[in-house]
Amino acid sequence: MQQIIDRRLAGKNKSIGNRERFLRRYKEQVKEAVKRAIDGRGIRDIERGEDIRIPRKDISEPVFGHGQGGIREVVHPGNREYVQGDRIEKPKSGSGGQGGSGKGQASDQGEGEDDFVFALSKEEFMQVFFEDLALPHLVRTQLAEVPEWKSHRAGFSSDGTPNNLHVVRSMRGALGRRIALGAGKRRTLAELEDELADCRAALQPGDAVAEAHIKALLERIELLRGRVERIPYLDPIDLRYRSRVRVPVPTSKAVMFCLMDVSGSMDESRKELSKRFFILLYLFLTRHYEKIELVFIRHHTQAQEVDEQNFFHARETGGTVVSSALVLMEEIIRARYSPSEWNIYGAQASDGDNWHHDSGRCRELLSEKLLPLVRYFAYVQVAEEEQNLWEEYTQLQAAHKHFAMKKAVSADQIYPVFRDLFKKEGAKAA
Amino acid sequence: MKARPLALEQPLPLAERPGEPLPGPSDWSFELIERYHRIIKATADRFGLDTYPNQLEIITAEQMMDAYASVGMPVNYRHWSYGKEFIATEKNYKRGHMGLAYEIVINSNPCISYLMEENTLAMQALVIAHAAYGHNSFFKGNYLFRMWTDAASIIDYLVYAKNYVAACEEKHGMETVEAFLDSCHALANHGVDRYRRPTRKSLAQELAERADREAYAQRQVNDLWRTLPRKAEKEAAASETRRFPEEPQENLLYFIEKNAPLLEPWQREIVRIVRKVAQYFYPQRQTQVMNEGWATFWHHKLLNTMYDDGFLTDGVMIEWLKSHTNVIYQPPVGHPAYSGINPYALGFAMYTDIQRICESPTDEDRAWFPDIAGKPWLPTLHEAMRNYKDESFIGQYLSPKLMRELRLFAIRDDEKDAEYEVAAIHDERGYRQVREMLSHQYDLGSREPNIQVWNVNLRGDRSLTLRHFQHKDRPLHDTAAEVLKHVARLWGFGVQLESVNGKGDVTKRFSVPAPAG
Repeated sequence: MQQIIDRRLAGKNKSIGNRERFLRRYKEQVKEAVKRAIDGRGIRDIERGEDIRIPRKDISEPVFGHGQGGIREVVHPGNREYVQGDRIEKPKSGSGGQGGSGKGQASDQGEGEDDFVFALSKEEFMQVFFEDLALPHLVRTQLAEVPEWKSHRAGFSSDGTPNNLHVVRSMRGALGRRIALGAGKRRTLAELEDELADCRAALQPGDAVAEAHIKALLERIELLRGRVERIPYLDPIDLRYRSRVRVPVPTSKAVMFCLMDVSGSMDESRKELSKRFFILLYLFLTRHYEKIELVFIRHHTQAQEVDEQNFFHARETGGTVVSSALVLMEEIIRARYSPSEWNIYGAQASDGDNWHHDSGRCRELLSEKLLPLVRYFAYVQVAEEEQNLWEEYTQLQAAHKHFAMKKAVSADQIYPVFRDLFKKEGAKAA
Repeated sequence: MKARPLALEQPLPLAERPGEPLPGPSDWSFELIERYHRIIKATADRFGLDTYPNQLEIITAEQMMDAYASVGMPVNYRHWSYGKEFIATEKNYKRGHMGLAYEIVINSNPCISYLMEENTLAMQALVIAHAAYGHNSFFKGNYLFRMWTDAASIIDYLVYAKNYVAACEEKHGMETVEAFLDSCHALANHGVDRYRRPTRKSLAQELAERADREAYAQRQVNDLWRTLPRKAEKEAAASETRRFPEEPQENLLYFIEKNAPLLEPWQREIVRIVRKVAQYFYPQRQTQVMNEGWATFWHHKLLNTMYDDGFLTDGVMIEWLKSHTNVIYQPPVGHPAYSGINPYALGFAMYTDIQRICESPTDEDRAWFPDIAGKPWLPTLHEAMRNYKDESFIGQYLSPKLMRELRLFAIRDDEKDAEYEVAAIHDERGYRQVREMLSHQYDLGSREPNIQVWNVNLRGDRSLTLRHFQHKDRPLHDTAAEVLKHVARLWGFGVQLESVNGKGDVTKRFSVPAPAG
């Protein structure tokens, strides 16, 4: 007799190669969808998969087939009322192709002309995102790496492995169930037993009716006792297991300040670029800190703390005074985030346009007030022109190792601003 | 190899009744599956089912989806379309839109049956009876499979194909190979020989012959396209009017493999691979009703016999019967679940009906089936399985009684008519017509457009002309224009397609210019 072969452990994910080929072929659509998703999502919300839609006609594989028209003869089952020669009105749509001989090609279009929708996994999503940002591979693995996990108890659950069985809980449940299921029967039993005792006491010898009554009582008592005994002592539904959950254990907490110029010259595409810059820093921080708070400060001539929605999508106009944002950031740090408890990170995005008397003040603020407080401060200018803010900031670069700045006009130019940040980590990891 | 056993006249008797039935817990174990398998095999032997050796493999749901995606084969070359298939299957499965098949069986020797891990014991028994004895004996017995497929070498061939395609990707780039495969796939249904039988080759032969073939094929092609006529070919003038090919050819891929002027040797080999795989699946496409019906009939027969013999518990019985009932459910037309005739239902009903006609024929049966009415059922059934395909099987064996039971009726949809016409129903006047129409419905020739290589312009622009012979004036689907682009990519020069109606008039022309570069 042949052996039965257990293949379950072998050759899983044989289709990965084919799936990759599919994704590569539709790279443009996937990239487009990822881009849209990133623009639509909150910064904290970046790391999950995404549904990708591709128009069905784009992925169809054409073969020769019959079209509408000509003469079609189709046999159907389940005739109820027709006799030979009956005439039936055609449906208005004209696509009378229900089942029948057109079926050959219909099978994979079973869902009609909808788009082909499939889910991009979290990993694949991040992969596309990183590709867009032109991240070096070492950094990609760092960012994609799952933080350390520890498992701790989280109450009880009704299934689990035997070694997690909680005996006391299980027995308590069993006891409750036995009481609940048997209470009514036991009560009747007690009543019957009382009645039996009464009858026995009052029994006259030779009283056939009373004896028959006693016999009937005994039978009922026997029956009930059997029922009570049949309630199982321990049932699978009583079992309770200690439940354990896995939680990530990053190190401690951090706050990230996002500073952005929202003056009229910052158009949507510049804001999108800035958003990627913030996301990248946020992703870096999530690998290292358990708790990350985000503070969004937008500014034109005045700075204002806002929520994420307003930060990215509200439109403002007017001039620009960058220092206002730096002042506000410092105030918020003093008020809420003591540098001894929090790791503070700053990320500033602007098109470099500033009121010309203000730029010098920005430099002073940064070097004297802010840079001593923060772990890292990154500045991205999302425009090409050299302006006075850029010149002033350039002076800071030499003196402060944890200050980085960069011009970026497309997504793939953002990463270098963090190079030092990641390099340090890379060295540690190596 | 022993000689093919003759079909038994009658089922053999049971050797010994068991003391108690096989245990029937819902969870299976390897030991239990083996015990069940032993009994199923013994029962199948009593009915004289002749099978390839069986290889049962347990797989997970993910592996089942993998198998789905590569057209059910354990190995296949890589292509994005299989990825698409996988993604679609996975999505539907995860959202609960579809269940997975309980089993996949591969026409190979030994015959591989995949059993899903999630199945209960009763389902595993059903699957073994269905796949490992039903389908398996069909693969081994049916003439189409015997003629067109070589069960012993298919797995080897696919391994070879996978490696060859991978090597080509390495050498010529993934995109190039992928685009080329796309074009071949577009013609896969038109890459089969319908009447000639391929020779059987082992993997070693296949490899050894490839090199010869590549060199030789290129020489042939060069000959065909020689611009300077050789001296020996003095009669070149005569060939001005010579048509090429002399006879129209229906195997488009074969024609392209042998005659396309610009293909490189590796490309010819890939055309050949796609063609071979299409050829392998060709019999399956023509025997859906027969094959599924046969497997369903036998799991029903085997498991019922085992129950009568005292091997199965009531619980196991009820469980597989429930599943069986779902499988053979035929919703009537107009029902929301209706999507054409269920091949399981039709096939099962027909084999069951044949047994009935043999065992207890009515006068009607005697009139319609004088050859089989009252004959021993077992050899008759085997005969019906061996020598037919869906089209001829229905044409031969669909009985009036079954047409009445299924309440079959035929609808004629003429484009020129404003209404459908009920052409025939299950009554005395209509039996023959309904049967004939249903039989035609399973004729691949009428399901797929008949397209043939018509002419090649040898002296001029080298363009290829295909001709579509319309079946009952049915036009081609609009995708034809797209497919033609693929043909042009394979052929290397311009391609025309003429659609010809029954009277021989060209009603529509498609044309694509030579692909650039």
